[in-house]
Amino acid sequence: MSHKVVVPIGPYHPLQEEPEFFQLYVEGEKVVDIDIIIGYNHRGIEKIAEAKHYDQVAYLVERICGICSSSHPYAYVLAVEDLLGGELAVVPERALYIRTIIDELQRIHSHLLWLGLAGHFIGYNTVWMWAWKYREPVLDCFEIISGNRNNYAMFKIGGVRRDIRDEDIPVLNKAMDEIEPALKMFRGAIMDDPVIQMRLKGIGVLTKKQAIDWCVVGPTARASGVNIDIRRDEPYGALALGTISWNVILEQEGDIFAKTVLRILEMEECVGIIRQCLKKLPKGEIDFNVKDIPPGEGIGRVEAPRGECFHYIRSDGTSRPVRHKIRAPSFMNVASNKVACIGGTISDAAITLAAVDPCYCCTERLAVIERPSGKRIMNGWDLIKLSQEKTQRIKEKIGHA
Amino acid sequence: MGIAEIVRERLNGKIISWQMSNPRRYYLTVKKEDIVTVARVLFEDLSLRFCIASGVDTPEGIEILYHFTDDKSGIIFSVRTIIEDKNQPDIDSLVTVFSAAEWIEREMWEMLGINFRGHPNLKRLLLAEDWPEGEYPLRKKK
Repeated sequence: MSHKVVVPIGPYHPLQEEPEFFQLYVEGEKVVDIDIIIGYNHRGIEKIAEAKHYDQVAYLVERICGICSSSHPYAYVLAVEDLLGGELAVVPERALYIRTIIDELQRIHSHLLWLGLAGHFIGYNTVWMWAWKYREPVLDCFEIISGNRNNYAMFKIGGVRRDIRDEDIPVLNKAMDEIEPALKMFRGAIMDDPVIQMRLKGIGVLTKKQAIDWCVVGPTARASGVNIDIRRDEPYGALALGTISWNVILEQEGDIFAKTVLRILEMEECVGIIRQCLKKLPKGEIDFNVKDIPPGEGIGRVEAPRGECFHYIRSDGTSRPVRHKIRAPSFMNVASNKVACIGGTISDAAITLAAVDPCYCCTERLAVIERPSGKRIMNGWDLIKLSQEKTQRIKEKIGHA
Repeated sequence: MGIAEIVRERLNGKIISWQMSNPRRYYLTVKKEDIVTVARVLFEDLSLRFCIASGVDTPEGIEILYHFTDDKSGIIFSVRTIIEDKNQPDIDSLVTVFSAAEWIEREMWEMLGINFRGHPNLKRLLLAEDWPEGEYPLRKKK
């Protein structure tokens, strides 16, 4: 007679720092069923979008996710541009290249972030530290282009908001030169490491059949041998012009090792795409000021770091969308955890649940605090000091000082 | 023969209206009774991928758009179906065809109040437990 025990992970995930709740039903060490409960972070953005005008919605959807924060505005502007006759018809060529540079830079930083977390999850903290160390220069690239490390606010209907200055191009190229050997190092450190192979091979397998049944997208699908990539299937940005050469990475095994390898190899492709875009960046306008949105329907989708990000817009000719449907890639991928997790052990569940790279937000490194005496800028050390002082106060309050 | 012609031929007799908004976007309307048959043809026979479904509250009724995509050509077929009875809207669940419909049907059920017949686990996905019964956030006010 078997005895089922429930192991709760959440509602606040101890590692992913994101509110989601997995109830694992286990018999001994083996996971026999899983219940995924989400909705703790539901902000009603689809409803809010109906009350904003078209320019404001781009800012709104940027706030859906802090990691792939340019995928949502990109998919949204593509949806509106689909209604206007297509991206190529209403966006200047220079803006197309800038859009692709942002999109690919984001993929590198997102994959590095996941790689670091995956290393952390399996107790290989060196990978975590390395990955996040090499992620920093990528965020610096964003800061150079847009002024922000996250939430770049680059996308607008008909173009981009900021240009890439000529003097910044060598700086960006240098950053790519620095990241390339780091990616090679990761490739060696992970693909040839026997311990990582033993830990990740054959774990959390999502078969091709299951991947098709659950309609998963992005690296989760490609690691299971489902050959889909929106960048190739419905090209957008500079990739639609046919001037950039790159490859879709495909793996067959569907386990976590395949997902890891796939993301590392994909980053190398991103570096290649960015280099070509910087080289071929044409001169000219960055924005055709689009004024009116006609009635109709439009669908836009981009290959976010986690997979296909899907936006549907319906317009009645007014300044606000009548309906705005948003489907983030994790919506499809997280649901597939149900099959990937069952049959494994509890100790594998943590990394299996994280292998689809569910979204979560990252922190700021600089904070400005309003004081009566005026604004004060706090650096990282000031924040640590504040935190230590607070801990001390709490300790004193409960008598543990 | 392109995938669009194949879809049109295979769904012969089921399509009420067919519209191409551009070469990569097709919108077709079918009767709500036919939705499972149509989904089976698109997903199983033609190997299209189910992207997502979006429910819209319109004056004519509650409209559901099921977006299917052909990943070889990048074409999206949006299958539109209208449920006229707004008081008790119901339609057959597509979970029997593909598991990916499970979450989105739960979402449409709580957001628009559409009953999906045959759904194995029709409970709340995103809304809080204490959200009042019978209040559907994405319904438009009269």
